[in-house]
Amino acid sequence: MDALEILFTASFWVAAIRIASPLIFATMGELICERAGVLNLGIEGIMTAGAFAGWFTVYAGGDLWTGVLVAALAGGLFGLLHATLTVPLGLSQHVVGIGVTLLATSLTYFTYRLALPEVTSPPKIEPFQPLPIPGLSKLPVLGEALFSQTPLTYLAFVTVAVVAWVLYRTPLGLAVRAAGENPSAVEAQGISVTGIRMGAVVVGSALMAVGGAFLTMSAFNSFFFEMINGRGWICIALVVFGSWRPGKALLGAILFAAFDAYQVRLQQMSGGIVPYQVFLMMPYALSILALILVARRATYPKALMIPYQKGER
Amino acid sequence: MTNTVLRLSGITKRFGPLVANDAISFELGRGEVIALLGENGAGKTTLMNILFGHYVSDEGTVEAFGKQLPPGDPRAALDAGIGMVHQHFTLADNMTVLENIALGTQSLWRPSLDRAAARERIERLAADFGLSVDPAATVSTLSVGERQRVEILKALYRDARILILDEPTAVLTPAETDALFRTLKLLVAKGLSIIFISHKLHEVMAVSDRVLVLRSGRLSGERETKSTDRKELAALMVGQEVKPAEVTPVHAGEPLLVLDGVSTARHNGAGLDEVSLTLRAGEITGLAGVSGNGQAALAALIAGTQRPTGGRISIAGQAVGDWSPRAALGHGIARIPEDRHAVGTIGDMSVTENVIAERYGSSRFSRMGFLDWKAARRFAEEIIADYDVKCPSPEARIRLLSGGNMQKLILGRALDPEPAVILASQPTRGLDVGAVAYVHRMLLAARERGAAILLISEDLEEILALSDRIVVMSKGRLSPPSARGERSIRELGELMAGHGEERSDHAA
Repeated sequence: MDALEILFTASFWVAAIRIASPLIFATMGELICERAGVLNLGIEGIMTAGAFAGWFTVYAGGDLWTGVLVAALAGGLFGLLHATLTVPLGLSQHVVGIGVTLLATSLTYFTYRLALPEVTSPPKIEPFQPLPIPGLSKLPVLGEALFSQTPLTYLAFVTVAVVAWVLYRTPLGLAVRAAGENPSAVEAQGISVTGIRMGAVVVGSALMAVGGAFLTMSAFNSFFFEMINGRGWICIALVVFGSWRPGKALLGAILFAAFDAYQVRLQQMSGGIVPYQVFLMMPYALSILALILVARRATYPKALMIPYQKGER
Repeated sequence: MTNTVLRLSGITKRFGPLVANDAISFELGRGEVIALLGENGAGKTTLMNILFGHYVSDEGTVEAFGKQLPPGDPRAALDAGIGMVHQHFTLADNMTVLENIALGTQSLWRPSLDRAAARERIERLAADFGLSVDPAATVSTLSVGERQRVEILKALYRDARILILDEPTAVLTPAETDALFRTLKLLVAKGLSIIFISHKLHEVMAVSDRVLVLRSGRLSGERETKSTDRKELAALMVGQEVKPAEVTPVHAGEPLLVLDGVSTARHNGAGLDEVSLTLRAGEITGLAGVSGNGQAALAALIAGTQRPTGGRISIAGQAVGDWSPRAALGHGIARIPEDRHAVGTIGDMSVTENVIAERYGSSRFSRMGFLDWKAARRFAEEIIADYDVKCPSPEARIRLLSGGNMQKLILGRALDPEPAVILASQPTRGLDVGAVAYVHRMLLAARERGAAILLISEDLEEILALSDRIVVMSKGRLSPPSARGERSIRELGELMAGHGEERSDHAA
């Protein structure tokens, strides 16, 4: 099999979509936060917390969907912490974000150790199983790639559609976008900027956590340390890559995932002549290239990272 | 009064030790236009922000249509029929006109925004009140006048019965101002009441029925517009008679700064497009124009912060090569920047540090690479004494000073030691009448001793009062100069709107 043939195999695309799923959730979460004007660098830690919370709920006897819900709640809580510090108190979004990431990550590892003091190899759960959609899954290549995934992947795609609809078609989305463009316009129209921004950060963080939970409950079946492995940071770049638009961000996530799936297969083909690190690096290098090409002209939300304090002179 | 729509009683607001509003009470009648007149810092905007619920007053109540408004709640003010057009527009630039107007008018939890209904209503209002604007246009593509129309539409869309306009003409061309006044007449005819905030006397005389004058947070006078005049209002506003600066004829001397077909990149609006301009010794050249038409680029060019992309600059007869802020200073160009907070000063540094900011490396203020703080402090004290700057000490952080005092410091820094060329960008923007007269006197004094001055201003009256020659900038191009009194306000207004240019296009 040569390097190009890989691109036409169904298994490659199945893997790409699977790798993309957690990124899609978390990217949508970050996108919502940033559209409202808040950069959420807590993403990496919130994903870690979500990965653990979802997995542990199921390990402790809950069902899979309860696990997803618990993960979302955990994410929402860290989001609430982030929002409280950055929105009404107006603290630096960078510092708070990094703080939340460190806190959420360490707290998660700590909880893991408290809950499972004796284990040496991470315990496994029964994860989400592929759910082929009747009819559609029989399509060549596409059917297997898109319609033979787990329910959580379908949910990721539904999330994109919902986020896009809410942002562009509803009064709420209008208020969220305006809060990220010019908060005083929102205030002048009688809507609470604080309310909108906090809501966006909490909901966005819940989505990030579900993205993390995807890893432990759908892609794999157990939780281990360092498993988020920079995916949160990638999502921040994907939001920029997507010019803060859900559809473009979705494409970005799939593109990145495809690079990642591709490099794994190239590694296997190269037979050890090229150091494997070169392949590992590839998706990141290509992402930077794509960012340079696509995102240079992006119009970012004008009030991004600018705290809004009511009644300030 | 049975017709009272709005009643403010005993409004007091303090910001720390500063009393911004001191027990202010007044009433607004149906179909009435009240002008709220006062210098900058008199407390006009604070009062309106309390009325609109952006600030919470320390004492006093606001009553609209007989019902008391809860303090600090813009939504309640909106619902009571109060609409406000802020001085700095509250529009989201990357969103459409429709989105800006519809924002917050439909329940946030509706599953979809009803764009068709919003569009229909906007178009009907626009037609009724002569406020034409395309609902689908993105705000960033609109002119300032159009943006203001969007702001007024926003208020009308919410059934505003009381409209507050905060310094609405500050950013408009004369023609746009006339259009605004016509709109206001139409609104009043339909039963709306208007509060018009301004510090421009002629506008107040033109639009209002009644004038309330604010001075240092207190209501210093209330007059029927019919039975007062500009002189009386000015005296109420300042607390004393203000004499306009006297202009003595001076003969223009050598050209000190010559721009020959200079073009630049865009800078806060249009860039320069082959602009030629000569500044002569002993002459004030006034540059009029609507903001965003290239004045910022010209100011940046002369200040040295922007390099020309074409054309030549010569100073005192010699072509300059490398152009930079340092080169501009080295050639004796003094700069009074447009934005004294962002560019003119460093807010969190002391007065002393700020006055030497342009020249800390000179032998006057440093020795062997070490700052000479004694000399710096002496210089700061000199400026404070000579220019009558009210400031606690040379060590005070400059951001704590009022706009007028900050501008005096900048003037003192710029005019020492006797620069050959002075670039004055909006030197009186936001200053009160007293400070404006002071700045004008200083510029005229510099002119008399032979400095070449470029005065960039959006205030046409200022340009007309001070300039020996006037040029008008539109879309990055410069009109031919006209001597004092040669062109009427109308003609200048047309040049500002770019009409002169279009006409010549048609002829060609």
